[in-house]
Amino acid sequence: MDWDPTAMARYLLETPSVAGHGGRLGQRYHAHGVGWIEVAQPWHEDLVGDEETGIIASGPIIALMDVATSLAVWHRCATFVAHATLDLRIDYLRPARPRQIVIGRGECLRVTRSIAFTRGIAHDGDPADPIAQVAATFMATAGNYPRVAA
Amino acid sequence: MTLPPYAGLLGVTLELVDGVPEIVMPFGHHVVGRPGYLQGGAIAGLLEVAAVAAVRHALAAETARIKPINATVDFMRGGRDHVTRAAGEITRLGARIATVTAVAWQDNRTRPIATARMNYLIERATG
Repeated sequence: MDWDPTAMARYLLETPSVAGHGGRLGQRYHAHGVGWIEVAQPWHEDLVGDEETGIIASGPIIALMDVATSLAVWHRCATFVAHATLDLRIDYLRPARPRQIVIGRGECLRVTRSIAFTRGIAHDGDPADPIAQVAATFMATAGNYPRVAA
Repeated sequence: MTLPPYAGLLGVTLELVDGVPEIVMPFGHHVVGRPGYLQGGAIAGLLEVAAVAAVRHALAAETARIKPINATVDFMRGGRDHVTRAAGEITRLGARIATVTAVAWQDNRTRPIATARMNYLIERATG
């Protein structure tokens, strides 16, 4: 089966019967390249964590990065693998600009039989000036990850 | 204490249990990730709302901005089709930094589905 990261991301995020939390947040596929994939989180009033500033809450940013890094693992494996997030660490480097779309970029660093290591950044237009950086690990929940060339 | 608009999106409510804030999140399609399980981001969001509620509660009447610095979330168990509750415990509340541990559980608090440690910058209103 050919791996199509665009179709996978759109299926997970933009198919109403499938896209639970990501669909409610309004997340959608943004872009991908060799070794990375991006998911977009458009700004919406429902996402605000601080009404004084209109800044998006941290929850949707974590959800965005969870999805982006998860997709990055499948992108590296070139196939879907059932897995669960083991842990996720996020550093908020600066506040998101209010009313601005946020892009979550995930990269998979390495896949072992059971564990996948990832990193990612969230930015609002300029990847060189990120809002947040994350490190997340995943564990395969049904069997192992496939062998992936280093 | 009022919760932010994002809490409405998650569908969570605040309850005071023995005077301590707990955040309650019913299950629903809007918080689902893989079929039948809560999305990790929704669990993390719930933990974050609980952590901020704990800081607000500790600051009581004091006016302050609470800004997230970082968060480390550990997922221990899949979140199933049950009500999830979360509470934050302040590890340290200093002049500028609050460190909070938040726990999310379903049926049994001693079997958490996720925990998180968060650091917040506290900007107190000056005199």
